[in-house]
Amino acid sequence: MLLRAADLGFAYDARQPVLTGISLDVRAGALLGVLGPNGSGKTTLLGLLAGIRRPTSGSVSLDDRPLHTYSRRDLARRVAVVPQETHLAFDYSVMEMVLMGRHPHLGLFEVEGPRDLAAARDALAATNVAHLEHRDFATLSGGEKQRVVIAAALAQATDVLLLDEPTSSLDLGAQLDIAALLLELNTTRGVTVVVSTHDLALASGICRDLLLLREGRVLATGATADVLTPDHVRALYDVDADVHVHEGTGQISVVPLRRTTP
Amino acid sequence: MTTTLRRRLWTVLPLFAAGTIAAVMVAPTVGSTSISLVRVFDTSIPWADNVDAQIFFVARLPRVLAAAMVGATLAASGVVLQALLRNPLATPFTLGVSAGAALGAMLVIAAGLDVGALGVSTVPVASFAGSIAATAIVYWLARSQRRGLSTNVLLLAGVTLNSFFSALIMFVQYLADFTQSFRTLRWLMGDLDVGSYGPLVAALPFVVLSLAVFAVLPRTLNLLTLGSDVAASRGVDVARAERLAFLSASLATGAAVSLAGPIGFIGIVVPHLVRLLVGADHRLVLPASACFGAAFLIGCDLVSRTVLAPLELPVGIVTAMIGGPFFLWQLVRHS
Repeated sequence: MLLRAADLGFAYDARQPVLTGISLDVRAGALLGVLGPNGSGKTTLLGLLAGIRRPTSGSVSLDDRPLHTYSRRDLARRVAVVPQETHLAFDYSVMEMVLMGRHPHLGLFEVEGPRDLAAARDALAATNVAHLEHRDFATLSGGEKQRVVIAAALAQATDVLLLDEPTSSLDLGAQLDIAALLLELNTTRGVTVVVSTHDLALASGICRDLLLLREGRVLATGATADVLTPDHVRALYDVDADVHVHEGTGQISVVPLRRTTP
Repeated sequence: MTTTLRRRLWTVLPLFAAGTIAAVMVAPTVGSTSISLVRVFDTSIPWADNVDAQIFFVARLPRVLAAAMVGATLAASGVVLQALLRNPLATPFTLGVSAGAALGAMLVIAAGLDVGALGVSTVPVASFAGSIAATAIVYWLARSQRRGLSTNVLLLAGVTLNSFFSALIMFVQYLADFTQSFRTLRWLMGDLDVGSYGPLVAALPFVVLSLAVFAVLPRTLNLLTLGSDVAASRGVDVARAERLAFLSASLATGAAVSLAGPIGFIGIVVPHLVRLLVGADHRLVLPASACFGAAFLIGCDLVSRTVLAPLELPVGIVTAMIGGPFFLWQLVRHS
């Protein structure tokens, strides 16, 4: 198993655990969606899977080796993270941003060479923003910024990509673009993708498996078609919903109807 | 872009270094008595008869070297702290180091313990001790239980300690007599007239150690400015990097303030101007700011020595009077 979490728990304060008893297996080549209401622990779970946070109980392993036995640098060559939002205090160019993804591949005083430049250009091309290479990051639109941040993670050349609500601040068109991009990275490049999201269209459209989180616990996990049911949607969000499966495409659509609790 | 960075490192940095060396060479020739560089380095004239060489090496060069050392250190420390705090408005004095240094100096002056031996007086020693004490307090407060330093606590602790120490400084001044008060006030304005090479040699090990730590930081600083989680996911040991950045910048600032008093504006104006010239990559900004800071303070000191000669303006007033409007003009021009 590529990435495995066993009975994972995390708490900033022991009286209020953020995550409890999370077990999860991510196969190589998987495209897993993590769904859950605000505060359900999605971001924390991704942080634990990336080794940015240490679990208070349980463990995460990569290739059957506990994450904490990897050096930060070695781990960063295997797992990349796309944060929910990127705010810059200083004006980096797009290329500078993407080249920062090469950090774990460089020596202490090493300056990026042709190999790193090629990786960065390849990542920019894969995310369809090669034409923005010389722009200042701060001048880009939200969708363009998100693509550049994903490109930086791709330039890191890892086999696992963790994305935290990558479409949360984007318009409908940009949301579809990012969804298509993630699917393409997964199918054509073989990148293992774990994406947390509130976007049920994204989850049902591209994720082959889903993990539902509610109040820090796993509510359900499995293949998308099995997990994305009206009962689960109600239990997850306190919302009644119609779930339709399109006969021709097999595409699942979720139509929220009403709140079940005030 | 990459090749550009490599090329820029090899073109931009030598230019900045050359500018600094030129400033160090030229500045000692300027002053109330004009001297000739040819005579200064003319070895056929005996030292005792070579007034030009004596003025150059004894009267002016220590002061110019002090300006270079302090300017470079404050500008580089400003860059490091701005990256650490993810805030371009941070200065080397934001985290309480200079207030600690000032309090140390005030106490020694007010207690009448200002004595000197081997060219080093007790004032810089006390001010350095004060800066270390302030650094230790802020560091201890900001060491969160979870991991690493909390930059928010760092900032709050630093700013609060600054105010608290300022109150103590005023209290000490209130108790001091008129002469001592004047001396403490004069110290706060900054002064590069170190008198000999002794104080420079005393400060050098701390400055060199800090700059050596700075040398390994730049690419990590780039990543720290994106946030600690992103930096960690790119392979940075964030806790260690933040600790190194804070302690080295504080040590450097403490050494610089002990040498010349709290000379303001260098640590914020210089990094900002350098970013306008070379972009935001810390691999260029950090060394270029060190060079530019050295040249900038040498220039300011030149103004302070000459503009009202034979009267001498405190250099801290000059840095603020040149740096402030220039900074505002650049802001307006680029906004």
